[in-house]
Amino acid sequence: MGIASRTFHGMAQQRTVIEPGTADLHYWRDLWTYRGLFWFLAWRDILVRYKQTVIGIAWSVLRPLLTLGAMALIGWLFDSHIPEGVPRLILVAAATIPWTFFSSAMSEASGSLIANSNLLTKVYFPRLIVPASTIIVCLIDFLVSFVILLVLMGAYRFAPSSHILFLPLFLLLALITALGMGVFIAALNVKYRDFRYVVPFMVQFGLYISPVAFSSSDVFNHPGLPSAVKWIYAMNPMVGVIDGFRWCLLGGASPIHLPGFLLSVAISLLLLVIGLRYFRKMERSFADVI
Amino acid sequence: MAEEMIRVEGLSKSYTLQHRKAERYTALRDVITEGARGLFRSKGDAVSSEEFFALRDVSFSVKAGDRLGIIGRNGAGKSTLLKVLSRITEPTKGRITLNGRVASLLEVGTGFHPELSGRENIYLNGAILGMGRAEINAKFDEIVAFAEVERFLDTPVKRYSSGMYVRLAFAVAAHLEPEILVVDEVLAVGDSAFQKKCLGKMEDVAGQGRTILFVSHNMETVLRLCDRALLLDGGRVAQDGPTEAVIRSYLNTGSGANSERTWKDHPRPPGGHGVQLRSVRVHDAQGRGKATFEVSERVGITMEYEVLTQGDVFTHSFNFHNEEGLNIFNTHDTVSPLRKSPRTKGIWSTTMWIQEHLLAEGIVTVGAAIIKVEPFTIYFQERDAVSFTVIDPMRGDSARGDYTLGFPGAVRPLCAWETRPLP
Repeated sequence: MGIASRTFHGMAQQRTVIEPGTADLHYWRDLWTYRGLFWFLAWRDILVRYKQTVIGIAWSVLRPLLTLGAMALIGWLFDSHIPEGVPRLILVAAATIPWTFFSSAMSEASGSLIANSNLLTKVYFPRLIVPASTIIVCLIDFLVSFVILLVLMGAYRFAPSSHILFLPLFLLLALITALGMGVFIAALNVKYRDFRYVVPFMVQFGLYISPVAFSSSDVFNHPGLPSAVKWIYAMNPMVGVIDGFRWCLLGGASPIHLPGFLLSVAISLLLLVIGLRYFRKMERSFADVI
Repeated sequence: MAEEMIRVEGLSKSYTLQHRKAERYTALRDVITEGARGLFRSKGDAVSSEEFFALRDVSFSVKAGDRLGIIGRNGAGKSTLLKVLSRITEPTKGRITLNGRVASLLEVGTGFHPELSGRENIYLNGAILGMGRAEINAKFDEIVAFAEVERFLDTPVKRYSSGMYVRLAFAVAAHLEPEILVVDEVLAVGDSAFQKKCLGKMEDVAGQGRTILFVSHNMETVLRLCDRALLLDGGRVAQDGPTEAVIRSYLNTGSGANSERTWKDHPRPPGGHGVQLRSVRVHDAQGRGKATFEVSERVGITMEYEVLTQGDVFTHSFNFHNEEGLNIFNTHDTVSPLRKSPRTKGIWSTTMWIQEHLLAEGIVTVGAAIIKVEPFTIYFQERDAVSFTVIDPMRGDSARGDYTLGFPGAVRPLCAWETRPLP
């Protein structure tokens, strides 16, 4: 048969066996097979976002700028600690950027399955592609706001430290955190449709308990805080991400509190594992429930 | 011996139905309130759940180049079978072996985004249906030409007419080249000219030796496209065999049409104090009840009614609608001598005959009425009293002649033709 040699997402003619539970067997292989679809969905989201060019780009510039302004103002009002030689705006910006990335990636991923329900009921592909691809748009937004940060640094004549080379690692950590929580909530959203009301609250609350307006040293070095509170504070995975970003951009002026940082990272990884496991468990019934 | 492309063994799919809730998804708030209520409730009145089998022990196999039609009433399990075959949902039991790449077309335009242009949607939809970028590039011009949207390629599809939208969507799907193509009723969209084009394309696909699974309610299309049919009933395979035989038995068992109805013991039969309807039935020239007629057969329709008021004067009427809801024709009794004379009380029967070679293929719905012309009064009007199916066995003696493809038109009269050379 002539068509047999044709490739399908890079695969030759295949033999597929469908049985209860087979989806589990070839899951990661399938995910790789469907990587083309992943990029197409990401490409679609990017196109749609930047289709109305003015609003699209303005939004990705305006959102971090507004958060930055508000957070810097709050930090200034409460006179939070600023390391020697670092302008307040840059200290806050180094946190606003990863925070905005995390919060938008997490919310987009959470709602993605519901938003694409027509796809889920009409075609087969590993469902993980949907929440994962939404994060790509947020990465583009991240790059835009990173440029803003560089401009800001230029304006203040502030040179980033050489630690900046490690920035991609911390971006990856932010991505892992957003993906872990995003897929978990996305799966919950399919079954418990009112869960979507919880997400904006989580984002809002997260902003208060993450070191955006202040810095982690305010907490860790606070003489009056019981150490239990400090540990609970460090369990917030975004503490690790933001502290990492500041360490990369501001260098020695913003040292990492290592035990707290390791706890944050561990929680991020745990969230990813839990999120993926729950997603995989629920995935089989998505098409029946959604 | 052709290679076996699909083998389905003992396939079952069940859903758990919970009787307490109407929604498909649960609200977290319900879970919480249910949990709280559960504390105060004995185990006996817990949420009752029931297993519903959409598919039960379905087995069949399809060889390379087969074109299998899947027919059955609504809820017979057709869509579930396609969903399991396309891996959208997992089976509960059983096993499917697929030898080759499957493309399923359960909807036209899956994943189309209204904000994106026609060009962008071709790539997106292609990717969703399983084409790679290189494959779409290679077929791009063909797809655009097939859809006839060259001038609007860079217009967002939200500005497309519904016809253009459907054409573009089908065009992408039609250019997939899987070994197994699974299609669900997508031809029910678009204008008839485009439907014909789609059907032609599917015939091409089948002609290239690819395997097609086709679900449809349109018997004419199934008959034309498929060489074999599977009849599903209540989630089971009721029949598997040559298309014509399966369709014939489907229609004759009354699964498709309801050719006889009675209201004899009905508490409120159509009609009132003057006349009450007792029954309507469709039958052949010999008076035998029947639900499927060939184009070349005479169709008889008989209604029985009871006259309750002595001395009333009225006439009988039938109207006929096809599957698209088109009123094919109406008729009322203008010939029988009784129509102008007062009736005596009692039970009466009236038969009307439709001549051979008038109705087109398809399901015909019959409405029955008794009316008085002067002054105009409707005693009763039963819109969907009975229905029957007209088929054309394609022997070449009908208005089709030897033409076997799509043949539009509400009626199929055999017309007189004269051709002569002019001096």
